[in-house]
Amino acid sequence: MTDSLWLIIALPLAGAVFLHLFGRYLKEPLAGWVASTAVAGSFAVALAAAMPFIQGGEHSQTVLLWEWMPAIGANLEILWDPLSALMVLIVTGVGALIHVFAIGYMHGDERFARFFTYLNLFAASMLTLVLAGNYAMLFLGWELVGLCSYLLIGFWYFKTAPPPAAKKAFVVNRIGDFGFMVGLMVVFTTFGTLSYAGIFERAGGELTTGMATLVGLLFLVGAAGKSAQIPLYVWLPDAMEGPTPVSALIHAATMVTAGVYLIARSAAIYELAPAAQVTVATVGALTALWAASIAVAQRDIKKVLAYSTISQLGYMFLAVGTTAYVAGIFHLMTHAFFKALLFLGAGSVIHAMSDEQDMHKMGGLRKVMPVTATTMGLATLAIAGIPPLAGFWSKDEILGASFQRGGWFSVLWVIGLLTALITAFYMTRQWVLVFLGEPRWDEGKHPHESPAVMTVPLMVLGLLSVVGGLVNTPARQALEHFLEPAFEIVTLQHPPEGVGMFVLLAGLSVVAGLAGVAAAFLAYRQPREAWEAFEHGFEPLWGTWEQAYHVDDIYGRVIVAPGRRAAEAAAFSVDLPVIDGAVNGAAYVVRRLGEWARPLQTGFVRNYGALLLAGAVTVVIWLVASA
Amino acid sequence: MAEALLFVTMGLVALAGAVTVVIARNPVHSAMGLLGTLLSMAVLYVSQLAHLVAAVQVIVYAGAVLTLFLFVIMLIGVDEEERREDALPHQRRIVAVLSGVIILFAGGLILFGNFEWVPAATSTIPSATNGTVSAIAEPLFTDWVLAFEATALLLTIGAAGAIALAHYRRREG
Amino acid sequence: MVDAGWYMALAAAIFFIGVVGLLLRRNALVMFMCIELMLNAVNLTMISAGRALNDINGQVAVFFILVVAAAEVVVGLAIIVSIFRLRSTASVDDLSELRG
Repeated sequence: MTDSLWLIIALPLAGAVFLHLFGRYLKEPLAGWVASTAVAGSFAVALAAAMPFIQGGEHSQTVLLWEWMPAIGANLEILWDPLSALMVLIVTGVGALIHVFAIGYMHGDERFARFFTYLNLFAASMLTLVLAGNYAMLFLGWELVGLCSYLLIGFWYFKTAPPPAAKKAFVVNRIGDFGFMVGLMVVFTTFGTLSYAGIFERAGGELTTGMATLVGLLFLVGAAGKSAQIPLYVWLPDAMEGPTPVSALIHAATMVTAGVYLIARSAAIYELAPAAQVTVATVGALTALWAASIAVAQRDIKKVLAYSTISQLGYMFLAVGTTAYVAGIFHLMTHAFFKALLFLGAGSVIHAMSDEQDMHKMGGLRKVMPVTATTMGLATLAIAGIPPLAGFWSKDEILGASFQRGGWFSVLWVIGLLTALITAFYMTRQWVLVFLGEPRWDEGKHPHESPAVMTVPLMVLGLLSVVGGLVNTPARQALEHFLEPAFEIVTLQHPPEGVGMFVLLAGLSVVAGLAGVAAAFLAYRQPREAWEAFEHGFEPLWGTWEQAYHVDDIYGRVIVAPGRRAAEAAAFSVDLPVIDGAVNGAAYVVRRLGEWARPLQTGFVRNYGALLLAGAVTVVIWLVASA
Repeated sequence: MAEALLFVTMGLVALAGAVTVVIARNPVHSAMGLLGTLLSMAVLYVSQLAHLVAAVQVIVYAGAVLTLFLFVIMLIGVDEEERREDALPHQRRIVAVLSGVIILFAGGLILFGNFEWVPAATSTIPSATNGTVSAIAEPLFTDWVLAFEATALLLTIGAAGAIALAHYRRREG
Repeated sequence: MVDAGWYMALAAAIFFIGVVGLLLRRNALVMFMCIELMLNAVNLTMISAGRALNDINGQVAVFFILVVAAAEVVVGLAIIVSIFRLRSTASVDDLSELRG
């Protein structure tokens, strides 16, 4: 079975190549179905290959695909263990649903086939990242998903906003990648290899606490870039310029989780670096709170979800920072379900509203789009952490683990709890503004329910958002047992044992969630003037949240502007006079030399003859003299 | 004895002819100087027992080549005097310097350098039949037959080429 | 018998005169004659060396030089005639188009 693992990456890759070459000749929906089938095929292969893990007892394997740079432990090899299997299933499962949705969403676009080429390429890249058996291959996938993100954010490059957004995503990611690369170099110099097998087993013996902390922090820099944590999250809201399926797939369910995956995969290193753990958890918790506060005041339906994603990723970082790796991956999974659903639902709304994205201009859509409204409602409850939906179980496990760890982590627990309240609030706010109340849309808009190709994925994801959490309740920790082989060498953090503690902690988070939902309902289930006044009542705080604490502005003045000045200095003060001067100067010297030697060419035969004679005489004299 | 006498007289004639070629203003006079040199060369060849070569020299060089020269001088009509000054300012100076160097060097070499003119010279005195027709014909048609045939080709091509070059084309109108 | 060295010295002198003439005269025909002088000097050298070495190949070489010189003169004079037709000049100083 493991012989066919390479298919997982190969199918979407082949899809991308095929669509790249022949996409333009396919009639419209066909390209989309080709791409969806490729990803679905990967899902099927992965499911079949994961059965031994599901049934239990199987151990991880590494499958060598191709010897690339064996000397440094960088081959194309697949590590097939429960963690990578689960990630693959999430990526391909949710990914396939999003592919199908996109067939409907991108209907009529001129570059329909091209879109699916990029989507398939992204899928192949993400799968490379997740299946990698060594850090080099992971980094390869890491960079490739960054590239695909750039391509897809800037898909509508002819508009004004997407290209800078794509560039911003790429550049900010690059900053994170720098940290990641330095970390990889430290790992390599310590272990002499980049292969997981060569590192994780030896980590305990060969890695000092200091080095482990260094690597842990550097990896955090990389993860913060890719997973949009403080301070490198600023690209994610801008990335909403891309088509909504892109936002769903890349910036919610899969690519942004790569950072969490990296830390989880490197658990053996983090095991030795408590300081790094604390940093990871703190960054996660603070980001969660920070982003949640911004989401409260957003008007654009996708921006709310963008900041929500940043916030939920913060929860995942909190989890892995607490070494509750299973909890973190669990939340990764449930988040993929309901966040993808939320984004696709938003896409459905945007599609119905002819590309309107301002929530102040929506309202009352429940009557025209019942399926979308219901599924998004379920997702909203899931993310708010209302039991027994998926989000409750995963979020609660994270909060519980944090509480149990104690000390500084208790503070983080409080932050997490507060964030849960705010999350429930802004998500409910969104749902109410969009689907309830009186219609506020402009003249000429005719909202309607989306076609089946779009609503069916919504329903599937809705179902998953409802039942997906039941794989890891405290009563039956199926996911934990599933993932156990992957985390054998580390100690996992768990929530407190016992029904009493569980009820207490869960109760607190449920109360927080319900409070947020209720507050939002009360505030927004009102006529427009009422909630507008409510929002104004919070000024100037509300304005600051809406402007995302002016972070982009600050970055622009503190980092970007000096950088631009430095670049201009380098270009005009160094490159132009010095380097161009040297090159042009060399040419000038040569030309002058030529002009100096030119008078020798008089054109007169007799002069040339005289020169000949002079040369001949010199040679003869020299020959005779040296004889 | 006879050879030495021949050498001195013919040598002087040859030198005089060469100088005439260089100095004479009228190209016809130069041609005459050349003739003198060619003929004295022929005599010197005979005194060195190169009979065939001497004959060929007279027939070909003096008889054909020189005649050609005179024909062309007639054709072109250059019997005007050349201007005294040289149009090229440095030419005379350069040549003077070079000549000085050469004369000094060669002279010094000849007078003070102890070298052999012909290092592998034998003391055998060649017989009088050294340069006869049959003596030259033998290597010509055995060792050097390829070169011989090539020169035949060369002459043909040269003649054809010269005709092609100098053919007088009547222009219409 | 006169030593080969004397003949060669004479040949060197004639050669030198030819070279100087070649560089100092402007008339193309006279320059050509100087070239003939040089060739004759070489011939004399060959003959002398052949006699000193008792080798017939010296005279064979002269034979060939003679033939080639004749061919060369033919073509060279044809060229001079053509140029004269074109330019009405026989002075080489007037042909300086290749001036750099």
